[in-house]
Order: sequence, then C-alpha cells, then structure tokens
Amino acid sequence: MNAQQTILINGRELAFNSGETILEVARRHHIDIPTLCHLKGTTPTGACRICVVEVAGARTLLAACATPATAGMKVQTESPPVVVARRLILQLMLSSGNHNCAVRGSDNQEWTAFQLKVQAEDGSDELCPVWGDCRLQELAYRYQVSGERFDATPTRYPMETVNPFIIRDFSRCIQCGRCVQACNEVQVNNAINFGYRGPHAKIIAAGDRPLKDSDCVFCGECVQACPVGALVEKDVRYAVRPWATGKVRTTCSYCGVGCQMDLHVQDNQVVKVDGADAAPNLGSLCVKGRFGYHFINSPERLTTPLIKENGQFREASWEEALDRVADGLKKIRDTQGGDAIGVLTSARMTNEENYIAQKFARAVLKTNNVDHCARL
Amino acid sequence: MTNPIADIEKADVILITGSNTSENHPVLSSFVKRAVKFRGAKLIVIDPRRIKMTEFAQHWLRPNLGTDVAWINGMMHVILKEKMQATDFIQNRTEGFEALQERLEKYTPEFVEGITGIPAESLIAAAKLFAGAKAGSILYCMGITQHISGTDNVKSLANLAMLTGNLGIAGAGVNPLRGQNNVQGACDMGGLPNVYTGYQPVSDLAVAKKMEEAWGVTGLPTQPGLTVTKMLPKAHDGELKAMYIIGENPMVSDADLNHAEKSLKNLELLVVQDIFMTETAKIADVVFPSACFAEKEGTFSNTERRVQRVRKAVDAPGQCKDDWWITCQLAERMGYTMNYDSSQAIFDEIAKVTPSYGGITYARIETEGLHWPCPTADHPGTPILHAQQFTRGKGMFHAIEWIPPAEQVDDDYPLYLTTGRVLYQYHTGTMTMKTDGLNERAPEAYVEMSRKDAANAALQDGDMVSIASRRGTIHARVKIAASAVDGTVFIPFHFAKAAANKLTNAALDPVSGIPEFKVCAVKIDKAA
Repeated sequence: MNAQQTILINGRELAFNSGETILEVARRHHIDIPTLCHLKGTTPTGACRICVVEVAGARTLLAACATPATAGMKVQTESPPVVVARRLILQLMLSSGNHNCAVRGSDNQEWTAFQLKVQAEDGSDELCPVWGDCRLQELAYRYQVSGERFDATPTRYPMETVNPFIIRDFSRCIQCGRCVQACNEVQVNNAINFGYRGPHAKIIAAGDRPLKDSDCVFCGECVQACPVGALVEKDVRYAVRPWATGKVRTTCSYCGVGCQMDLHVQDNQVVKVDGADAAPNLGSLCVKGRFGYHFINSPERLTTPLIKENGQFREASWEEALDRVADGLKKIRDTQGGDAIGVLTSARMTNEENYIAQKFARAVLKTNNVDHCARL
Repeated sequence: MTNPIADIEKADVILITGSNTSENHPVLSSFVKRAVKFRGAKLIVIDPRRIKMTEFAQHWLRPNLGTDVAWINGMMHVILKEKMQATDFIQNRTEGFEALQERLEKYTPEFVEGITGIPAESLIAAAKLFAGAKAGSILYCMGITQHISGTDNVKSLANLAMLTGNLGIAGAGVNPLRGQNNVQGACDMGGLPNVYTGYQPVSDLAVAKKMEEAWGVTGLPTQPGLTVTKMLPKAHDGELKAMYIIGENPMVSDADLNHAEKSLKNLELLVVQDIFMTETAKIADVVFPSACFAEKEGTFSNTERRVQRVRKAVDAPGQCKDDWWITCQLAERMGYTMNYDSSQAIFDEIAKVTPSYGGITYARIETEGLHWPCPTADHPGTPILHAQQFTRGKGMFHAIEWIPPAEQVDDDYPLYLTTGRVLYQYHTGTMTMKTDGLNERAPEAYVEMSRKDAANAALQDGDMVSIASRRGTIHARVKIAASAVDGTVFIPFHFAKAAANKLTNAALDPVSGIPEFKVCAVKIDKAA
C-alpha cells in the first residue's frame, strides 16, 4: 500500500488505502454522501444511484459506493449535476408507491385522493408507518423534492401479512436490495432475492411464496436494513413512533453469543428491539432476540412474594416472605449444618447476582453446595 | 471460547460438532456461513442429524450417537499417519504426546467406522482437510458435552486442536458455544460447587483465607459441594433438607424428571426466585418475584468471555426486586450484612477478589465489553487464550479410550433418542412462549423421524404417538424430516406438556456431572 496516495474530495486532499471506494474515503473523513442501497459489509450494488458523485474526466456521474478511489481523482459530492441527478432519483422513488408522508405532495385534490387510497390499503388513518424514521423521507427533505412530478404508480402487489413478525408492504419498496443483501450476505439465510423484471420487479422468497412458507427464519435483518417502510415489524407498524420512544443499549438475554441490542421503550414497555452495530453481533439479531421480548411485560409475571399454605399460594409482603425463608434456612443450617442446604444460581442472572448468590451460600449458609444449570 | 467470535471469519477450516448452530446460536452461525460463502473457508460438520449447517459443509460426517471419542481419535490417527501433525507446537507447547500416540494406534479409520458408522474414506478426507488448515477452528456445543463421556469428548477435541497447533492463534481454537446468556458468567462468578470467582478452588486454603478476609467471615467450607445432579438424589434420600433455586427450572431441564419431582417435593423447604410461576416454582414453599434483564443494571459474560453491560430499560412490575437485593435481605436476616447500593458496587468487589476480572470496571465496558482475563486497569483484555502458554504451562494430551453410551437400543427400545432445541423456542420456554409469533412457528413438541423409520412403524407425518423409554412416556406428533437419520429420532426439550426429559437418561459424566441427555433408547407406538 502506498501511504502517499491521495484523492481530492470537494477540494480536500484526503489519503486513502488501496481498495477503498470513494464512499469509504469520504465517510472516514466525515464527508456525507447520501446512500440508500449501500449496506455496510456487503458487496456494493450501485442499485439506487443516490450516491452518485461527479468525478473529473468521467463521462457520467459515478456511484461512490462502487467506485474505487484512485490517486489524484477529483470528486465533487454536491455539485449542481449531482444534485439534479439525486432529485430526479428521489422524485421517481416517491412516485413509485405509497409514500404518503407530507413530502408526497401539496394540499391539493391529488394529495387527498392519494392519501385516502393509501389509508384504505393500510387500514390506518395515520401517515406512513415509518414517518420520521425513513431514509427516503430524509433525503426528500434534504433535496426539497416531492412526489408530484410523476404520476403515482398503482399498487402492484398486495401487502403480505400472513406471518407473525414482519409486514411486507411492496407498495413502499424502492427495490434498493438492502434486504436481499442482509439476507444473503450478512445472515446468509438465502431466503429472499429479486424476482420478476422491469416494472414487475418484486423482492420474493423462493417461488414467490409468503415468508412463512420459505427458508426465512425471521431474524429480521431485512427489517433492520430496510431504509423505507416496506419491511416493518408487525407489532411496531403504526404502534411505535421513534419520537415517542427512548432507546437503551443492553445485552440480549437468550443464548451465550451476547448480542448487543437497543431496547425501544414506550410507556415503560419494551416495544421494539434493534441489533446494535457493535461487537460481537455487528447489528445482527435472531428471531428470539428481535421478536421474543413479550415476556418482559407478560401478565403472567410474578409480581409479589408468595407463601404456600395448605397446598395453596397466598400473597405475602416482602417482610413476611423473607423472614419465613431466613428462619427456615437458619434452623436447618444451625441444626443440620449448611451442607443440608443447596443453592442453585442461574445462568440467566447477571454476574453481580451470581456473585451474591454464591457468597450467600458460602459465607452465610457455610456450604459449597452451589451450582447452576450449565450442565442441563 | 479460546478465541473470539469474530475469529471465525479468519479460519480456513471450521469444524462444527454437536452444535445445531443455525438454530441455537443463529447470529454466530452467520459468521460461519459468511466464512464459507465469501472467504472460501471449508466447513466440516460432524453431527448425528442433517442440520442446516450441513448445507454449507464440504464434509458432513454422521457418527452414531455417543461415539465422539472414536471419531476424534480416528481423525488424529489419520493425521499422524499422514505426518500432518504440528511437530513444533507438540514439541514446544505440550506433553503427553507419546501416550496419546500409543492410544491412537488402534483407531484406524476402519476400526472407527465399525464404532461410528462414518465411512473410513470420509474420516480420512475430513482429517486431512482439518490438519491442512493454517487456522482451524473447532466449534462445539451440548452434543459433545451431554454424554457420560462428555469430559472425555471435550479433552479429545483439545487433543485434536493441540495436535494440529490450532491454539493460541487467530482463527483457531477450541470453542464451546454457551447456550445461556450468562452461563459463562455464572461459572466465572463461582456458581459452581468447587470454585470461587475466577475458578479459584474452594479447597485451596490460601484462597479461602483471602475470601474470609475480603468478606469478613471465618470458617468458609473447604470441601467441594454438590452439583445439581447430585443435589437432587440427596434431596430424594432426605439428606438435603432445603434448596434455594434462583432463576432455574430443573423440573423441565433436568434429566429423568419423574425423579426430579419426587426429590424436590421431599425437601423441608423449597424456595424459588424467578420471573414466572415455573414448574419448579409451583412446588415451592415460598416464591420470590424477581426483575428480568430489561429491568436491571449489571453485566453478562458471553461465550467468548466478553464482559458486557446489561442496562435497565423499564421498571419491574409489581413488587419484583433485583435478585441480588433479595439474597442480601436473606443474608441480613441470617446475621450477616451484605449491603450494596448498586450492582456497580458489587462488580467492584468482584474485581477486587477475582484476578481475571481485576482490571474490568463499568467505565471501561461502557461502550464495548472486555474479554477476561483482564487483570489490571491498563490490560486490554484477552480475546485469544493460550497465546504463549497454557494455564498449567504445557498443554497436556490425554490418551482417551472410547466408551459406549450408557444405554443402547435393544428389542424393547429399538430407536435412539437425542434431544435439543429449536430456533423459535428457548430452553424450558418460560420466556419465548410468551411471544405468540414464536409459538405460532413452534407450537408444540414433536418427534422428528426419518421417512424409513416412520414407514417401518407404519406412521404418517402428523400422527400422534407415544414415545417411551425405560423411565417414562410422553406423547407427541410425528414430524417426518430430512434432517433425521434412520435409527435416531429427535425431540426438542422445551415443552413441559411433552417433556423430553421424562425419557432421557440421568446417567452422569463422572467428572462434570452432566447427564447423558443426548443418547437414550426409546420405542414409538401410535397413540391409542
């Protein structure tokens, strides 16, 4: 590698490593080139062309995500031709489906009719389910375009709602292919791909089957990758809005991989889970981690100490329940010795809680009868 | 794991055995699949079922249940015969090689084929592929450990890794995939009968003295205690009088459940602390409600020994309390003060008494976890173990003889049963079964059979059958699946209504005390 190699982006001379794309060099130096189809860690496809940049000497605009940096290359990322090209791409995308955020149109008849049509198809009287959390919408604002320039495309494929986890809304799909890459290149479940051609293009599971009848394992990597509202969690759609939730980074409580995840919280409830882009999982989750959070708020949770009397549980105060157990353990320890007591700690609890449990067994009960279900 | 998860993508050859990786560690399985699909790594799967990962494998070897030591010895025999062993590594880093070499002599591919059913030429090809790797990673799970020979199986895999020099380097290692979020941490924290935190032996008087000083107590017990698999028989015999069970459900997860139930019911005092009314909580005398992971602060240690933060997102319902608070309250009432104002205060004490956690603080793992051992505040953590030397200095080869599983098929019980998990459920299901979608995908137990075995018993897909072993009977529907191999059926153990562990054998590994969940003999009849 020649450390002296540089590229000029917007007049700034920037060093690059051989093999780096224009996009990678720019991002590393905090120059913002917008992307839609680009998915970190996967093969660039250049499908959406929103990342086009002007390169001196090139006959056309080039996709920054797929063009390697070369020494002396002169790049403009927001020049007038670039902006014109991006606006056109966005206008085409916005007219291509049910993009009923406010950027779709103005307050004329057409807008009302369009809005009513989308509401009928969605069964909701709200704006788009990902309003406020949509890369396309962000770019429409950034480049100040609406969807009015071209006639709206009719909805070609009905929504798929027959699986328990993911709503596939083809009317909002912009064919960027991030979901296909997430499935084939990140999780490698190979369940979905591009199907049909031209205006009939559709992301399909094998044989254009519903996800539930395909190789899909509902990891939800595609949902997390979708930049628009084409793939949304069933329980989240129209129920969870980003401005109403807070996020808390934590560690998944299922298997031992220890995926980092963000819990989205609304009204003291976990309402959505995302994979965090951090080691060890780099954004990925599985179906349990992403969708298996309902136990937290289950009505079946134990909520009060219970004491069994005559074969039946009755509610008790902490004072009473703790006294009962402490007295019972004390009696057995003092008469039979601590080794007449066994403690099972838990592979589900925190380190701190396991530490306290074994300290209790050893220092208080005076026994080493401490184990957990690592063996089971 | 001796190596971090990210290392899987640095391996040339990955050997997976006894792990249904794509269902039980799905995110980790993506690392393997990416390595194969995009980096040209070669995958060897050695598993009794035709699991999903076999579709990515160069070689799938199908051993008879409970024959792991045989095929591992066989692979090593081939490697020595082909002179593909890592001579320098063996010379500089190990001892006991001669004894191993002697033991391996008789494990010719043909001899091994007789035990395992793996064709000799397949074993030879896989052995040569693995030995030829610059970095070969071994991934294993409960399919290796839940046998009466579980400890021997693990030692054998360590033998294979040392013989090929696959320890202490990137992309290699002996990598157990831990099945529960904090099973690594529970072990690290001394939730074991023979060690304190960081695997400091309870029988080491210097350690006991150190802990006595740190905790301000005297007379800490120095005899190792009972494992869970020994506690239950002692409860059954009346020697164990009380159990305090925190976040565990042995009434579904234990081998031979009928015996487990009798044992627990025989206790004078059973205290269960959990988030749900589990099968075990139902038979308790007192139940304490605890907060779940989303409701508390703390740390989990993952399968690659990375200590990571757990953070509170929501308030716990009702009167639920942090598990540590409940235990400390009991201690206080029994005359010993355990007073902490936060989980962080507890962690600081852990770091003080645990050399391998000594340099870890909440501040250091705020954005990214650290791999232990991390002894000092300026230590970067240890993603790869055994880089310079092993814990005991030189790596010890163990010359191991194959022993058959505790139970074999016979005329009365003609099919082998192995157990495991499915993608959409988790362990005893107390958590996953609260999500409707997961239940829709995996609603109930089933018995997975090959088409031929089903035909032999005149069974159709979906038929309700009784499955009986020498210990019990359950009912489930037949699922004819390509993943099943003739002669062996599979039942997921999640479902209390058809608890596979009513059938499994409680025969234990003599060292680890693990029950042989993965092998028993059953018969299957159409339910009346």
